[in-house]
Amino acid sequence: MNNIAGRPLNGDVEDDDEDEANDDGLEAWERAYTEDRSWESLQEDESGLLRPIDTTAVHHAQYRRRLRALASNAATARIQKGLIRYLYIVVDLSKAASERDFRPSRMAVIAKQVESFIREFFDQNPLSHVGLVTTKDGVANCLTDLGGSPESHIKALMGKLECSGDASLQNALELVHSNLNQIPSYGHREVLILYSALSTCDPGDIMETIQKCKKSKIRCSVIGLAAEMFICKHLCQETGGTYSVALDESHFKELILEHSPPPPAIAEYATANLIKMGFPQRAAEGSVAICTCHEEAKTGGGYTCPRCKVRVCELPTECRICGLTLISSPHLARSYHHLFPIVPFAEISPSSQNDPSHNFTNTCFGCQQSLLSQGNKPELSVSCPKCKQQFCLDCDIYIHESLHNCPGCESFRHSKSVTSSQ
Amino acid sequence: MASAPSKHYTDDISLLVVTLDTNPFFWSTFSFHFSDFLSQVLAFLNSILLLGQLNQVVVIATGCNSCSYIYDSSSNRNHASTNGTMPALYSNLLHNLDEFAAKDHQFTTDHKPPTVPSSLLSGALSMALCYIQRAFRAGPMHPQPRILCLHGSTDGPEQYVAIMNAIFSAQHSSVPVDSCYIGSNNSAFLQQASYITGGIYYRPPQLEGLFQYLSTVFATDLHSREYLRLPKSLGVDFRASCFCHKQTIDMGYVCSVCLSIFCEHHDKCSTSLYLARLNLMLPQQTVGKERLLNVSGFITLILSCSQESLSVKSLLISSIYVS
Repeated sequence: MNNIAGRPLNGDVEDDDEDEANDDGLEAWERAYTEDRSWESLQEDESGLLRPIDTTAVHHAQYRRRLRALASNAATARIQKGLIRYLYIVVDLSKAASERDFRPSRMAVIAKQVESFIREFFDQNPLSHVGLVTTKDGVANCLTDLGGSPESHIKALMGKLECSGDASLQNALELVHSNLNQIPSYGHREVLILYSALSTCDPGDIMETIQKCKKSKIRCSVIGLAAEMFICKHLCQETGGTYSVALDESHFKELILEHSPPPPAIAEYATANLIKMGFPQRAAEGSVAICTCHEEAKTGGGYTCPRCKVRVCELPTECRICGLTLISSPHLARSYHHLFPIVPFAEISPSSQNDPSHNFTNTCFGCQQSLLSQGNKPELSVSCPKCKQQFCLDCDIYIHESLHNCPGCESFRHSKSVTSSQ
Repeated sequence: MASAPSKHYTDDISLLVVTLDTNPFFWSTFSFHFSDFLSQVLAFLNSILLLGQLNQVVVIATGCNSCSYIYDSSSNRNHASTNGTMPALYSNLLHNLDEFAAKDHQFTTDHKPPTVPSSLLSGALSMALCYIQRAFRAGPMHPQPRILCLHGSTDGPEQYVAIMNAIFSAQHSSVPVDSCYIGSNNSAFLQQASYITGGIYYRPPQLEGLFQYLSTVFATDLHSREYLRLPKSLGVDFRASCFCHKQTIDMGYVCSVCLSIFCEHHDKCSTSLYLARLNLMLPQQTVGKERLLNVSGFITLILSCSQESLSVKSLLISSIYVS
């Protein structure tokens, strides 16, 4: 019983003395948590509730960096964005995807994040299309064709989560290339490869395939889950995509979501094409019709294609009969904020607020939260360069990531009319 | 706010953010008096607060030149008037409203506008959403937020993009936008806002009984709404109007780069083409003021004045200035 004295915290060790000999004296359930150390991200607040550690300052710094990077991109390629995207997501289901360095496995993490990515993607790019390709056993398979419905993609992916064999980068690229070559020239062709393996099993010269993709203006991006690979880096450099390697699950999520806002348009495509689209009217509530998407009779609801008068259930979609793209005006409006982004706010450091030339207000203009920390010292805040209103860091993130409006600029007609009549 | 976590919020506690139309140009031409309107609204707000101890009401005044918070029931600066004749809600709100109206008036330019200007609905919605985000940040236990727009002035086409952005953000965080529109014609913006976010749009037919309408339609919390038969939204027309002739169209041509809508086919999209030319013509640092004037006049000529094009135009112009 000597070792009880050595570890006084472990009170009831009588029964498991034998187990302690192996695995550093940890129970099986304990072992599962040793790597996570999830308790370290919690702290107790004044009323005794457990809360996640306050990481706002860190988050905000990360967010500012991202915003600056975006702003510098936007300065070079202003206003021109690829808003109509055709994106293939290549999921590597080789045996490397069953590795358990991501919990519970790389494959499960990929599936979860692809699901949230697809939803976010269609939210931000309502006029775009996604297709899924998987690669395993040295071959590539097309899981879903290019389409606009998030649910069907997610369902197809969830049903096919088995991994075996080796991944083949070349086969996947060839398959995507042959599919993307058929789409009209105004669409932006993109591939996002989620690669777990550290090798690729190719039938021929992959360099030729890369050149082929480059020629067809397919923008290839790779997110690695293991380590950086030269061939992936080369592919991304050649085709103008981005290459990144995920450190952990949250980093992976961040990296994959970076692909949801539309990329700057490729210069050759910046010449605008006009695409024929239909704006269907909602059918009367009482009318009965057979919809083309589910092929069953439905009462009320639904939209009628203006060209062939067939019924569809949801927008946006492509008419199954005549192939006309069917949308409604809010779908277009959803994309406008990509074209007219709001400027990044300027940071006001706490020290400069004592400066009398600055008229410092004590509350955030957006949410009325006090900008003073304990002890009445001003905290870090930001201000809009146009309307000079001050905002707290949380509002800053919300305004730029979700709202896409500056409340200050929107609520003063004076400042608006000045900027547009100078 | 230190005691906030200890409050026990259930699913029928509401945070109601009201945007109140105070546009003087609208009220001066409208048959119903603002004071009558306000007294009915105040009674309604009071009844919301009386429905539940934890209910919270925030009022944002929406003028034609500015927007401002005029009342927050959770603020600790609410005090009853000194002589005790008025409850805290009325005295604070009315006091702030007076201040706001005076300030809003200062911004008004000397020359009288030819038409009734619209209220700054986009600003009020943006502020309301920021406030609601703060409630969300307070932790998992928060009141159920919703926005109620009490509006009467006509839609301002120049706010189209901003209002749509706010609507999508509200939809994203599942905040319903209710709207009670008292003007003579239906407001397309508010109809869309309520339709997209799952709120209620209602236009009371008789304003004398406004309180009755407000309390029966808009006073119920989100949880109880499931059990009630509330006015159903009739279908909203989501067809677009083209930029060239401002006609509502069934089929049209959409530019792949800037998403302008045209009713007939052109080889090139005029909006994108001129923007591309502007990019070439005006190196960013050497933009002269006179030159900009010409450019904006140029664009104004090119784009006709449909609802969407107006907003896009003003944005295009402002984006040029920003650079």
